[in-house]
This record gives sequence, C-alpha cells and structure tokens, in this order.
Amino acid sequence: MAITLSGDQSIPAPPLSPRLTPAQVWGIALLAPYLLVFLAFVVYPVCYGLWLARAPSNYVALYNDPIFARAAVNTLIFLVIGINIKMLIALFLSGFFAQQRTWIKWLSVIFILPWAVPSIPTILSVRFMLNPEWGVINHLIFSFTGDDGPNWLNDPTVALTMAIGVHIWKSLPFWTLILITGRLAIAHDLFEAAEVDGASWWQKFRFITWPSMQTLYITCTLLSMIWTLGDFNSVYLLTGGGPADLTHVLSTLGIRYLRLDQLSLAMASIVCAMPFVLPLVYFMMKRLSR
Amino acid sequence: MKFPGVSEFSWRDVATEARLLLIGIPVFLWTMIPIYHMFLFAISPKEDAFSGKLWPDHPTLHNFEIVFRQQHYFLRDFYVQFWNSLVIAAAVGALTLFIATAAAFSISRLKVPGGRMVLNLALFTYFIPAAFLAVPMYRTMGNYGLLNNHWALILAMVTIASPYAIWVLKQASDKLPVELDEAAVMDGATTLQIFRLVYLPLMMPSLVAIGTYAVLLAWNEYLYAFLLLSNDREITLPVALGNFLAADDSPWELLMTTGFIYALPPAAVYYAFRRYMVGGLTAGAVKS
Repeated sequence: MAITLSGDQSIPAPPLSPRLTPAQVWGIALLAPYLLVFLAFVVYPVCYGLWLARAPSNYVALYNDPIFARAAVNTLIFLVIGINIKMLIALFLSGFFAQQRTWIKWLSVIFILPWAVPSIPTILSVRFMLNPEWGVINHLIFSFTGDDGPNWLNDPTVALTMAIGVHIWKSLPFWTLILITGRLAIAHDLFEAAEVDGASWWQKFRFITWPSMQTLYITCTLLSMIWTLGDFNSVYLLTGGGPADLTHVLSTLGIRYLRLDQLSLAMASIVCAMPFVLPLVYFMMKRLSR
Repeated sequence: MKFPGVSEFSWRDVATEARLLLIGIPVFLWTMIPIYHMFLFAISPKEDAFSGKLWPDHPTLHNFEIVFRQQHYFLRDFYVQFWNSLVIAAAVGALTLFIATAAAFSISRLKVPGGRMVLNLALFTYFIPAAFLAVPMYRTMGNYGLLNNHWALILAMVTIASPYAIWVLKQASDKLPVELDEAAVMDGATTLQIFRLVYLPLMMPSLVAIGTYAVLLAWNEYLYAFLLLSNDREITLPVALGNFLAADDSPWELLMTTGFIYALPPAAVYYAFRRYMVGGLTAGAVKS
C-alpha cells in the first residue's frame, strides 16, 4: 500500500494511483457491479445463514427429526439412482440422435421441448395425470381392466419414483444435447476403420466411443448431481413432500423448515449437506478451470 | 446410397430403420405426453377433461376466453401477473448482461488484478445449488426490506444468472485476438471506446445467448418467486399457477390453460434463438 512519490510533477494527467494504469482502473470499475452483487447477495446471506445455524442444538434437533433422515435418504436415492439412470439414457439417446436421418433431426427438435418449456405447468400436468379419481392414467387402467388404478402419489416409494421421472423428463434433453456434441467430436475415420475390421457395435462403443467420451460423461454426471441437489420443483410441485412428509429431499426440506419459521433448522439442514457438496464443487472447479 | 429405391432395397436397411423407430416412437411419446395432456386440458370443457378422454368430444377455446377476460377468482390478476413476469424477466436479462459483460471484459481483456479469483468465486456460486441459497436469501431480502418488492426477485435472479454468464462470456472473450485491442490502442482509442466499438460488436452472438439464458431463467423461476413475493398483485405467473393448488376443487382446465399460455413465450424464444443457444451455451456448459 506504500505510495511511491514521483518527483516529477510535470507529467500530464497523473494516474489515480501510481501502480495502476488507466486500463486497470477501468478494469476495477467494470468488475465492481458484480463484486457488489456478490457481496450483498452471496457473501452476506451465506455468512448470516451460517451464523444462524451455529448452535449445536440445531444439529441435535435435526438428528432427532425422522423427516430429516428420510429426506437425506431420499436425496441419496435421487442422486445415485436417478441421475445415473438419466445419464445412461442420455448416453444411449445421444447415439440415437447422432444418426443422420431427416426424421431423427425433426424428432430432436421436438425432444428439446421439455427443456424449453417452464417446469411448473408440465409438472402439474403430470400431477393431474396421476390423480387417482380423475387422472387419465387411472381412467385408462379402468377402461382396460375394470379395476381401479393405484393411488399413485399416496405411496412414498411410487411418489418419489414419479418425482425422479419428472426430473428425468425435464433435464434429459439438456444432457443428451451435451453428449451429442461430445459424440460428434469423435473423428469419423475411427469408426470407418473399425467397420473395415468387422467390429461389432459393442466393440465400437467399448473401444472408440467410450474412451473419447468418458471424461465428458463423468463431468456431466457430477455436475448433474450437484444441480439436482437444488431441484426443488420436481418434488415440491408433484408430491409437495407428501404423503406424510416422506418424499422430501434436502432442498424441499429446507423450505419446509423455513415455512414453519424454523430458520436455524433450515440452515442447519443445508450445512449438513455441505460435506458432500463442497468436495464435488471443488472437483468440478478443478475440472472446468484448468 | 445415391439412388435410394428398389435397386438399393435391402432387408438389412429395413431392420436398421425398424430398430431406430423402436427407439424413436417411445422417445416421441415420452416427450409429448405431459405437454399434450396440458394442451388437451386447455381445449376441453371441464367434464371432458375430468373424464380422462384422449380427445374432447367438444373441443373449445372457452378456457382461453375465461383466462383472457379474467373471469375466475384465481385469474382476477392475470394481466398484472403476466406483466410482472415480463418486466422481471426483462430486467434480469438487462442487468445480467450489463454486469456480466463488464466483468468478462475486465477479467479477460483488461486482465484486472484479482480477476482470476473473482472468476473462481463466480464459478463457485454457480455450483452451489440455487435452492440452498434460497433460505438465507429469503432472510437477507427481509433484512434489506425488499420482501414483496420486485427488486428482491430481480436481484436474486441476477445473482444466480451472472456467474454462468460471466464464465461463458469470459471464455468467448478469450477467443478474440488480442491484436484487436492493441491496434485500437495504437489508434488512440480509450478503454471505453474499445469496449463499445470493438468488444461489444464482436461479442454479439454470445451476448444474445446469455441474454436469452437470463431472461428464460427469470421467466421460469418458481422457488425464489414464491418465497420473495406474496401479494397477489406482485407475484409472477408461476406463483399464481402454484396458488391454484390451494383449493381442493381447483379449476384444473383453467390452470392448464394459463400454464399453456405461460409456457408459450419461453418455448418461442428458445426456438427463435436456438442457433445461438446451442452454440453459445452447450459449448460453455461443459468443457470437454
């Protein structure tokens, strides 16, 4: 911070600070709006939230709350099973959409729709399809079998599965699109050479496609896991956390505590997720900023 | 391959095509069913919608008429809420573009000291799930006295949209040749002139992509909107849609009609800017 005095006072338009060029002053000025937003709406809330969650009694209360344990398990199921199924389907479909056919090109335009439309109306649409009395699914079951269909969202396992299904419906196009770009980047003559050698489709996948795509695939899977932790809509709008608060995930649980005016519990539940989130975030940052 | 006709006909091609269709048809159905169901409700009278028909006996636009004339308790502020959504989305798009472009120019072109660290902080924010930030954000907005004010939602969405925006724009800026800036400096251009006359025109495709991204993010947002806004005349359309569920006998055909109207603009914007979106965003989304 030492200011070096320049003996020569005759220099026209002295810089604001002897160590900064005008370009650097502009640089700081242009960076300032984001820094202000970051300080006011990221740093302050996070610090304030951590301060609210500082009392150990919060964590005891969480530990004793069966809904928290259930939400943690649900979140794990959502991430480990749901995301891996989604990414496997995306990997498979990226191969399908990479085929050169006019009708597949048109289908890919339609396939993007779930990602392009807002999730609220479509999730509510699915919710009504699953309505036990009026929904179209149970009407069809009744007209084919004469039996009443199940009360879909009243069974926690089925309800959570449906929430995962809604999540997959919404975000599958995005990840498929990313994996298609990865697939199209593979040099085509590799496949031609394999064709000449009489390789089966599995051998082509195992020895050409997968080795060139595995980094991208794993990055996508981790990124999707981090983001899915924040997927509030799929669970909240489909099941509302019910029946009997058995289908909550961490993101809806935080909001549930907030609405019950238990802000410190809400923050504590988020703090509990951090040991899992931060290593993933650290890993992703390493990957993306090399 | 040159003359796809009888001469080229082979059972092998037919089998390949059949296998592709066997994938394509389920993909089509899976994608379209929830959207078709929404559309079906929008053109069905209530009796038809609730009786599980796959096509209404008497398709009608009556539901749209009710929505546009605000003739239902849940719809009495439809236009105000639509306007709120529009204004907030536009404001988020403009502010995000301003903040992110300035930051990306500063980090990438002016090489401001500490720029790398700011970029890492932004990237870190990008990876923190938005729903986790929602809880402390709600309380913070309360402390700032902004609850139930549109600025609360605008600033929250700008906070969420700008990290990704900065990151994508920084990647795009890095690709511009540094000689352009040097030549402009030689000609005596000031920093601001370089920004306005050299940088902005060259960045246009990325700026369109990022602007669209921020506008769609804000238009589609539900969680923050319903936490930060509650007054019926301040809320955005998605919150109003969620409020339909408050009643046991919700008018689902009207809910789906309003939802359909609400879903049209982002879908249209997405397809209109698809060229930019796919190029600008997927390239930045995951670096392979």
